[in-house]
Amino acid sequence: MAKFFAVTIIVIAIASAIPILRHTWPAPQDISVHGHLIDEQMSETMAEAGLSFLAAQFILAIFIWKFSNRPKDAKIGKFPGGAKGLVIAAFLLVGTEVLALGIFGTRAWASVYFTPPSADSLPVQVQAGQFAFYFRYPGPDGKFGPLHPAMINESNENFFGLDQTNDQDSKDDIVTAEMAIPVNREIHLLMHAKDVGHSFYVPELRVQQDFVPGLDLSIHFTATKIGRYEIVCTQLCGLGHYNMKAYLSVYSQEDFDSWLKKQAALQ
Amino acid sequence: MHDVSAHAAAHHAPPQGFIRKHVFSLDHKVIGKQYYALALVAVFVGMVLSWIMRLHLGWTNLAIPGLHFLSKTGAPGDIMTPEYYLQLMTMHGTIMVFFVLTTAPFAAFGNFFLPIQVGAEDMPFPRFNMMSFWVTFTAFLVLIASFFVGDGPTLGGWTQYAPLNAVGAVSGPGQGMGVVLWATSIAIFCVGQLLGSLNFITTTLDLRVKGMSLMRLPLTAWAWFITSCMGLTAFAVLMPACILVILDHVAGTSFFVPSNLVINDQLQPHSGGSTLLWQHLFWFFGHPEVYIAIVPGMGIVSHVLITNMRRPLLSHRVLIGCMAAIAILSYMVYGHHMFVSGMNPFSSLAFSFPTLIITIPATIIVLMWIGSLYGSRLRINTASLFALGFISMFVSGGVSGFFLAQPSIDIMLHATYFVVGHFHMVMAVAAIFGIFAGTYFWFPKMTGRMMNETLGKVHFWLSFVGTYCIFMPFHYLGIAANVRRYQAFVDEYLQPLIPVHKFITVAAIATGVAQFIFLYNLIHSRFWGKPAPDNPWEATSLEWSTPTPPPFDNFGGQHPVVYHDPYQYGVQGSTGDYVMQTSPEQVVTEHDEK
Amino acid sequence: MATTVHEPPKIEPRRQGAAGNGGWRNLAPVDGDQRGLQDYSPPPASTGIWVVVYAISMTFAALTSALIVRKGSSLDWQSFTLPAILYLNTALLLASSVTLEIARRRVAAFMGGAASPVAISSESPARWLYITLGLGLLFVTGQYVAWAQLRGEGLYLATNPSSSFFYLFTVAHVLHVLGGLAGLAYVIGRLSKSRLRRSTLDAASRYWHFVDILWVYLLLLLWMKL
Repeated sequence: MAKFFAVTIIVIAIASAIPILRHTWPAPQDISVHGHLIDEQMSETMAEAGLSFLAAQFILAIFIWKFSNRPKDAKIGKFPGGAKGLVIAAFLLVGTEVLALGIFGTRAWASVYFTPPSADSLPVQVQAGQFAFYFRYPGPDGKFGPLHPAMINESNENFFGLDQTNDQDSKDDIVTAEMAIPVNREIHLLMHAKDVGHSFYVPELRVQQDFVPGLDLSIHFTATKIGRYEIVCTQLCGLGHYNMKAYLSVYSQEDFDSWLKKQAALQ
Repeated sequence: MHDVSAHAAAHHAPPQGFIRKHVFSLDHKVIGKQYYALALVAVFVGMVLSWIMRLHLGWTNLAIPGLHFLSKTGAPGDIMTPEYYLQLMTMHGTIMVFFVLTTAPFAAFGNFFLPIQVGAEDMPFPRFNMMSFWVTFTAFLVLIASFFVGDGPTLGGWTQYAPLNAVGAVSGPGQGMGVVLWATSIAIFCVGQLLGSLNFITTTLDLRVKGMSLMRLPLTAWAWFITSCMGLTAFAVLMPACILVILDHVAGTSFFVPSNLVINDQLQPHSGGSTLLWQHLFWFFGHPEVYIAIVPGMGIVSHVLITNMRRPLLSHRVLIGCMAAIAILSYMVYGHHMFVSGMNPFSSLAFSFPTLIITIPATIIVLMWIGSLYGSRLRINTASLFALGFISMFVSGGVSGFFLAQPSIDIMLHATYFVVGHFHMVMAVAAIFGIFAGTYFWFPKMTGRMMNETLGKVHFWLSFVGTYCIFMPFHYLGIAANVRRYQAFVDEYLQPLIPVHKFITVAAIATGVAQFIFLYNLIHSRFWGKPAPDNPWEATSLEWSTPTPPPFDNFGGQHPVVYHDPYQYGVQGSTGDYVMQTSPEQVVTEHDEK
Repeated sequence: MATTVHEPPKIEPRRQGAAGNGGWRNLAPVDGDQRGLQDYSPPPASTGIWVVVYAISMTFAALTSALIVRKGSSLDWQSFTLPAILYLNTALLLASSVTLEIARRRVAAFMGGAASPVAISSESPARWLYITLGLGLLFVTGQYVAWAQLRGEGLYLATNPSSSFFYLFTVAHVLHVLGGLAGLAYVIGRLSKSRLRRSTLDAASRYWHFVDILWVYLLLLLWMKL
């Protein structure tokens, strides 16, 4: 029984590692400038965590195999190094491991959060509400008009609550249900929640940020690959949470300009 | 003077009559069993909820026969609605975290065995102890009541993020009365656990018998003591937070609801509340809570393992120190649940490092267990199999903590199935394995009868393999960016992952069915099991020096005297390779470790 | 193979009979020699009361942080002046702590063996306890008057976050005061039956002093923040 248990642990450990090693279910491709930092951090962590996992399971299995059901008079052995050795080993090995991970990981985090958006970044506003994202581009004047929550009206498609008759800045604002961005240009995403908490997650962009009602946050990123991706909500927001999504199209600059022109005409 | 200041240990007389004996009993052993029964009911309710959810995730729009009996509106034609999925998910999480993982390893086993292990007749405040159970039971009833009130239970998840938890019925089904009942239930639950913690702490500090110094307490007693210290802090914070939610609902205050929210084109009347405030209050409770679930398991596993290894751990003190370190660190790390919540990004880093550092005491604990296996005379029985299974689970779930502790990786993995896999493995299933280990180990003492070992081993194999089949794939799904809390996967990039969900569903149902073997074994052995001797496992701690099952005042009016450290195994004793704590004989060890 | 010998504890006959004497000051020496053990275990009530005090402090600390975050997060905070009666209530509560301390010493002296040299007078030892109870009830009434005054000014629970927090803190505190009053009533009841434990008396009075200090803290907090 004990030997069978030991073998089972080893089989489970190896079987668990195979899909990771073979990339059976890989992470979505990376299309952002900062994403490789996260991916490198991820694979470094995977190597260290994976080795710890395999080592611990194997040693556990070997000890179960070797030391179970021994005769009553078998001598109780002493683990080499004893408790002191293990504590020192844990402090040195795990301590340096996690410190290294923590310190190197800071780089990836800093690249996302500790750098201001560049001056020529393209501002886009996204509003999350139950259960849709809407996007707003500032139009030719480069300014967003103010929001009037009381004026939000879905039936006449005033999703943001803009007062386009009175607010000068709102007049040329372009509101869309789909997000489009030019490739290789930094996007400054201004995030606004209409009702409850939501989240903006594009796995390919390596971007995830919660919307906080009452607190407008912003993030910035640069996409490097033309294509069509999905934006999904990752913060439980109600019954339609699973279906709250929008498309993100990354265009070349020319395609983006013509897309924006087309959207402006539709307003 | 001495007689008036004599300590207040419960010198109450044995109760007469069914109600005082079995229902409103002051006896810590009966209260412990009541907690166990509550957890048993709760865990099967929670498990059935997870089956329904899993079936729905594997085969969306599958008609589950009879589902419409559970809810009038949630499952027309037996097909689950999106909101009903979220409602079941919320209830699954709440029931499991509060009424299973907190009550079973801590309140149930702790109540039964802590007083016996320190040599006391009872807890010092038996009336508070009785209230603690009945208050917890009331909390459970209030939570279950939300299934039958209005449009069902809340759908906000067990974390109940603001402002979804506070804007009211307009934000979705169950968000009116459902949330109020949820918050009421949890606030009541907190009261129950605070009363329990009061008893646990005073029992450990004040009621130890002669010779039972703190370092001579068994590791289970230490684990319960540390857990009750954590619980005292955590539940005292969650309770006011729940009251604030209730006030936002019923009194129209705005603690958590900010201004200018628009739902269904209606501007909400609230103003100025802070949504992050809820997250801070909740996770200040929430992170210690996961240690409240797992630390008693660590104690139970150490206790069971040492007995079956026939040797003490490499170091008793180091294990206690590590559990205490985890308890203290648990209050400094809670912000790692909020890396992408909009909290100051510098705070994320500040929370990340203590989180990473917590792996050090956790690793040392695992190394103590594995290192102690070396050179031991390990006995394989159901209890020790579950204890060893716990170690395997705890390692598997623990290593995924490396990822989630780092804010940069959390950008990718936050709110994905990776998180679900991580916490299910490291705190849910591991803790459940701890409960199983404790059940198979202590059942003889609790009931006077042995459990069936063959059925126990079948139960173990199905549970161990099944658990890995369920929760390992969750990690793969998470790496592939599969978002959690979705009732169906409509996004294109998630389509290739649906077969994995089907596999998990099948594994979950099979593993769940295996739990009925346990239930059968438990009930059958309770009434028809083989009568148990006083010390079937040749163990040393005080609970094994009482008659089986222990009489009303545990030690028959005697006060045991403790002469030894708790785990004198691998020694040359007069009765075998162990010397009990109460035995005055001198100890000659076979090994030179202390 | 090493040999560890634990000498069994020498149990002096006079120590036998006192149960549960392994309390938290009763650490065994490292060498296993049990002779240094003290024959004293603190009564659970006196440890328990600190546990209770800690839990209540955590609750009010959580509410305090809620107040600070809530006030800092938005612009809808409207300050108001605290009703003047609160200061009178504070004086009543502080006075009740003094009377309780007098009562505690008298009762201790009455129970005999107390170190304090207060002469045992012929008056009932419960008299000062009743005075404390009365002052406590006056405090609760005073708080009720304060709520009534605020309602008269149109300040209700949901009027403004500042009034929400005012009611929240004061009501939560009054509930704890009522718990203390119940404790005092219990002490009086036990005393009249001559079945009062010294630890119960001490625990009840520590709790009362705690709600007193808690109130002073809350008053300062509300005075500064509202």
